[in-house]
Amino acid sequence: MVKSVCTGCSLLCEDIDLTLKAGGVGEANNLCRKGFGHFSALFNERTIPRVDNQDASLDQAISEAAKILRNAKNPLLYGWSSSSQEAQKVGIDLARKLGAVIDDTTSFCQDVLMDLVLKGKVPTCTLDDVRNFADIMIFWGSDPTNSHPRHLSRFSYYPRGEKRQKGYEVERDSIAVDVRKSSTAKLCKYYFKVAPGDDADFINSVISVLDGKIPRVGDKKKMIELGTVLRKAEFGVIFPGLGLVSALQDQMSLLEALLAKLNSIKPYKVIPTAEHFNARGFNQLLMSETGFINRVSFKDGVSSNPDLGIVGASRSCDAALIIGSDPLSELPFGVARRLAKMPLIAIDPRRSLTTDASRVVIPSAMYGLESGGSAIRTDGVKVSFSSPYPAEKPNDEEILKRIMEAI
Amino acid sequence: MVSAMEIYQLLPKTNCKKCGVATCMAFAVGLLRKEKKLEDCPVIFEPKYEAKLKKLREMLAPLESASETGLVIHDEKCFGCGNCVVACPVNVANDPTGCALGHGPTSDKVILKVENGVVNCLNPKECRRFGPNKILCNACTVTCPSKAIEFV
Repeated sequence: MVKSVCTGCSLLCEDIDLTLKAGGVGEANNLCRKGFGHFSALFNERTIPRVDNQDASLDQAISEAAKILRNAKNPLLYGWSSSSQEAQKVGIDLARKLGAVIDDTTSFCQDVLMDLVLKGKVPTCTLDDVRNFADIMIFWGSDPTNSHPRHLSRFSYYPRGEKRQKGYEVERDSIAVDVRKSSTAKLCKYYFKVAPGDDADFINSVISVLDGKIPRVGDKKKMIELGTVLRKAEFGVIFPGLGLVSALQDQMSLLEALLAKLNSIKPYKVIPTAEHFNARGFNQLLMSETGFINRVSFKDGVSSNPDLGIVGASRSCDAALIIGSDPLSELPFGVARRLAKMPLIAIDPRRSLTTDASRVVIPSAMYGLESGGSAIRTDGVKVSFSSPYPAEKPNDEEILKRIMEAI
Repeated sequence: MVSAMEIYQLLPKTNCKKCGVATCMAFAVGLLRKEKKLEDCPVIFEPKYEAKLKKLREMLAPLESASETGLVIHDEKCFGCGNCVVACPVNVANDPTGCALGHGPTSDKVILKVENGVVNCLNPKECRRFGPNKILCNACTVTCPSKAIEFV
């Protein structure tokens, strides 16, 4: 058994013991079903170097990729959330050298929330603080039981911590706010159902309850009970998910207002639940280099605007390098169709719809298993990992460096 | 999961005492706790109870996979989230620096452990439900998001 770090989601579980056998994962301890699937899938859909739908050598694929990027007038570099910090650093240098647009998977996901957290507009803390001190957790539009299976057991609800020795029944309260009774909501003590898009009204109701007024929407008795629970907390944490971010969109100031109101009573923090294992890492790195978390163009200096996101860039760019992501199956059909029509370069350990539609496919090593590096957990803690089973394939960092040299 | 009353409905209900207990209801409870076997009842094997016997065998089949404490794990439903591993009071007591803090188990005495993406029962004898003086603890079943753990 060797120690490994799971790169299946942004929790980066460090206590994984596993062995490999021919054609799959042999034994794995402490790996959740999602992580087990993540590692097992590596053995049945592996990519091979391809150019124009024909098998090629790695060198040919890299020189073809360099040619596409060199000839493009306005290239797009997209993905990045499933690459190590080191690879992301090289990626940003590559974008700077090419004068390219660089964007990551959060631009169609939770970037507005990540922006608030990284710029310090809402208070945040680490998941270890949650385990040690938090007594109220609010899962708002998120369902970590499905998206981050070990979230509740490793950090937020069930474990015992420094100030929370007696277990969840006595010392922790959990609240779920969601459009449906999700798997997480079934485990929570309080569940509040909101209609899709009504989160703004719900926030206003919570603020008025905390002000001592009668709420306009929702079950009044239940809302007043919620106000009481929120008031008596010692340390509260909100885990907003894609549900809340999609419902609020341009009204994220409401979330800031709610946090300001809550913090005037008791300390409340926000921790985003990023999807891919190093999504926050890319946002943080790009922010330290350019001041923007994503949607950055290096053409004529550094600029950022909403049209540089994947949706707008799919219209304005003429070639794309997709790394560790599958936009063709994840994004809306219109965006996927526009992307599929341009020359694509895919760097991915596994086969996907995007690699199938790409002109150049470059296989890479999988982080956590075949390649080491470092990544930023969803709460901002840096996690370094080694490669328990080093592969012959180069990792994202080496591939990008070779492309850069070829350009 | 099957209840004693459902089993009782399929028994002969003659209270003949040939199985060694006073009533058919007591025998149903014995079957559920795996203290009695269907073969202990001579009456149910008579031809007129053939249909009921078939149903009974189907009903009792899932109990075969249950541990000594009556724990049944449905592998196909389990997320591997480890909520049960961390919430189990015996795991916490036996592994205060591992399970109790949300990490993977570091002790050999834990009852539940996530292996290959699904939870596995290792030491049923440590469970509070083991033995005659059992406590009806349900820490693992109430924390399961997909109802993958059940007690019979």
